[in-house]
Amino acid sequence: MKVSMSVNGSPVTADVESRTLLVHFLRDSLGLTGTHVGCETSYCGACTVSLNGQAVLSCTMLAAQAEGAEVTTVEGLARNGELHPVQEGFWERHGLQCGFCTPGMIISAVTLLEENPDPSEEEIRRGIEGNLCRCTGYHNIVRAVEYAGAKMRGEAPAPAEWENA
Amino acid sequence: MSSTSVLGGVVRRREDPALIQGRGRYTDDVKLAGTAHVAFVRSPFAHATVGEIDTSEATAMDGVLAVYTAADVEHLGKLIAQVPVGTLRPLLNNGTVKHVGEAVAMVVAENPYLAKDAADAIMVDYDPLPAVVDLKHSLSDEVKVHDEASNTLISWVGPFGADEDALTELRDGIEAAKQREDTVVIEQEMTNQRLIPVPIEPRSVMADYQAGYDRFDIYSSTQIPSALAGALGKYFGMSLNQVTVKAMEVGGGFGCKLNVYNDEVLVAFASKQLGRPVKWTETRREAANSTIQGRGWIAAAILTGTRDGEILGFELEGIADMGAYSQNFTVAIPFLGLFVGSGQYGFPTYWKMDCVTTHTMTTDAYRGAGRPEAAYYLERIIDMYSREIGMNPADIRRANFISADDFPGAVSPMGFPMDTGDYATNLDAALEMAGWSGLISERDAARAEGRHVGVGLATYVEVCGFGPSGLVDLGFSWAEYQMPSAFNGSSLVRIHPDGSATVSIGTGPSGQGHQTTWAQIVGDGLGMSVDRIRVIHGDTEESPPSVGSFGSRSAAVDGAACFEATQKVRAKAARIAAHLLEASEEDIEFADGAAHVAGAPDSSVAWGDIAACAYQPHRLPEGLEGGLEAHSIFSPGNATWPFGTHIAMVEVDPETGDVDILRYIGMDDCGNVISPMIVDGQIHGGIAQGIGQAMFEDAVYDRDGNLLSASLVDYILPTAADLPSFELSRTVTPTDVNPLGVKGIGEAGTIGSAQTVVNAVVDALEPLGVTHIDMPLRPRRVWQAIQDARS
Repeated sequence: MKVSMSVNGSPVTADVESRTLLVHFLRDSLGLTGTHVGCETSYCGACTVSLNGQAVLSCTMLAAQAEGAEVTTVEGLARNGELHPVQEGFWERHGLQCGFCTPGMIISAVTLLEENPDPSEEEIRRGIEGNLCRCTGYHNIVRAVEYAGAKMRGEAPAPAEWENA
Repeated sequence: MSSTSVLGGVVRRREDPALIQGRGRYTDDVKLAGTAHVAFVRSPFAHATVGEIDTSEATAMDGVLAVYTAADVEHLGKLIAQVPVGTLRPLLNNGTVKHVGEAVAMVVAENPYLAKDAADAIMVDYDPLPAVVDLKHSLSDEVKVHDEASNTLISWVGPFGADEDALTELRDGIEAAKQREDTVVIEQEMTNQRLIPVPIEPRSVMADYQAGYDRFDIYSSTQIPSALAGALGKYFGMSLNQVTVKAMEVGGGFGCKLNVYNDEVLVAFASKQLGRPVKWTETRREAANSTIQGRGWIAAAILTGTRDGEILGFELEGIADMGAYSQNFTVAIPFLGLFVGSGQYGFPTYWKMDCVTTHTMTTDAYRGAGRPEAAYYLERIIDMYSREIGMNPADIRRANFISADDFPGAVSPMGFPMDTGDYATNLDAALEMAGWSGLISERDAARAEGRHVGVGLATYVEVCGFGPSGLVDLGFSWAEYQMPSAFNGSSLVRIHPDGSATVSIGTGPSGQGHQTTWAQIVGDGLGMSVDRIRVIHGDTEESPPSVGSFGSRSAAVDGAACFEATQKVRAKAARIAAHLLEASEEDIEFADGAAHVAGAPDSSVAWGDIAACAYQPHRLPEGLEGGLEAHSIFSPGNATWPFGTHIAMVEVDPETGDVDILRYIGMDDCGNVISPMIVDGQIHGGIAQGIGQAMFEDAVYDRDGNLLSASLVDYILPTAADLPSFELSRTVTPTDVNPLGVKGIGEAGTIGSAQTVVNAVVDALEPLGVTHIDMPLRPRRVWQAIQDARS
């Protein structure tokens, strides 16, 4: 069957088997391998993409269900060579180690900050609890989201913990 | 001249720009034209005779390229293990399957969807047999896992190397202490439950056999690329230079990617048979059932001590679950526990662990690998002792530590020489950072309000960064993977003609930031910006062989090799620079991308000019060869022994059993620190996995050997909302076994944390009479313990 949608601002159309999952459509048909498959059961969040501004799990959704939607993946966040503040926060605050959960985590964090520009630590932790990370213990992911929130509000981010040491 | 020293400083990670933009390349991201895809048929029974395997329907399906069963691959032999004690795994099994998830057949098809359809169409007759899952039941040999052998594979006894007489004397001494009037004896059986490693990236392997050149390119999500190349060379009768293994980005490993797996061999086999690239990526359920698991011990701990805090003996006797087959390190994991069986203490210790098989997936190294288990039992029983005699848990530990004065030269009661340690200083620093007395007052005030708040403390020593001189003698050599005595570190540093540098190294990182750390070491040694240094790892064609990354070894062993190779390059470059600057070699210093003459600020030559000269031998001083590169193999005389103190404050809701971690403090000592940012990140993740074990994670098999927690719905990992921010600091006691003075830090957080949390929860419930709860401390179990204590 034919599916059409907008991915990272560009219209795409492709012929796929009707059972094709959105994540496989993105990875295999479009070559956007930044979106990862971690569990196939919608529990790990590695496959999180933004669909019409909402964070959704692309491993438990058919490509056909995204017909006509606007999809943003991690590849679509940086603009004109400039990192999104959330990406910058993950880099500046060591918010990733192996990086496999990172694309989904970043998309969730972007969605969180769009809904709540000044979240408390508790709200950040609740906001990303659908995305599992096995490397960081989430400590520096929280710092990364705090950093991004500050930048997006036009404030100076708090210094990194190692800068205080 | 500004200092260019970057060791101990923070450099933003060089791997991150790709990873945060979705442009990192993991194995499953590799796409080669004509790739075929694999699905496995796996046993749904823990123990069963395999009858007819009907592949006719699958074979006839459109898009199916091949179906293989045991008969097709038997000639390759069984799965190689480095410590081949026990029964090795068949690549595919058509005899008697030994665990749920064991591979019976393999389908290769045009795409992964078709491969799964075809696998579902294969009919296998199974005749189920009784399974043994319970460890005490296994010990009885009533139901055997392998007919030809006892279920008990080996018993590790410590002190290591003690003969019967010495053991008898030790145990008699402890028995005599028990009879003394001034002693108390604390006894507790405790479970250290099985865990599933769950890196978020499932394992994935792709083999590209190039018939025209008779060689393999293998892409695998592995921590041990060189070992995989060695193993595949053996299976297919190819030399090491015909097999290239590339471990690109690896999405977490935690020990479970420290095996050569049957699927890696089988995917290579299929590629060679079909002359096409072949790929397989495990599903999460497959990962649970056919990638190694960790822990799985039950043991009884007995502690004997005086009423004023002198510990006179510690005894641990238990059973460790090996699962059905022995893979890479399987039976060696409890031995790693034995290494630290007496912790950082000096008291007499008797330690015995029986390694038994069960009809379950193989266990092997999972973050900490034997050491978290050993530390858990020791620190839990000491905690019970401190409650029994009413002594502060910090004072009791301090009183029994091996003294800083015993270093160098300290030998643990388990019989192992330790490198450096200052446990009391670390403990005191932790107490001060936590504000210990304030914590206790806070707890008491909360208790006065009727809240159930507890404070837990645990100290640990761990052993990591193993080196050859100790281990090869013990029988660990990696020769099975064509890497004799390969517990060395290995690194190659090359200066290119333009003055940029490449360091190639055999490590196999899975998130530890090696792109950054090795560049820091080289940059520091050569006075060069890290931006001028490329790091190549995880590629057996480009990197010198090394065992890979595990056991918190990379910085302490391969990092030391990187340091030494850098020093060699620096020494040669200094000769060239001295020649060019007409200065004395001893006066040459490297900084800001150039060599400078000490005390002569205007006299300098840039790396580009030094390198250009190095590649034009006629310009070199007489006797110096052209080129500017060096290879170093570093062979440490001992492992490193990091240590630390962790403190947790928790609150328990007695109505629900829910545990909330209010504060978590870690004071770790890993010697010198190359990057505080990366080291703290390692500790954060380690603590989270220890808390995961303490509170959530549990690989549960039913009595028939079905894994009930095979999906992330049932295997509960900590989320961001479950964990607090961690408060970390460190003491610094450099090791003397490597030139960097660094000790491993990858596993320390995990080794220190589970017992810290359990100690805190038990402290919170002490007023109710709870003395112990087995992990994981999920609400229902905590609630039940409260009910039991109340009734």
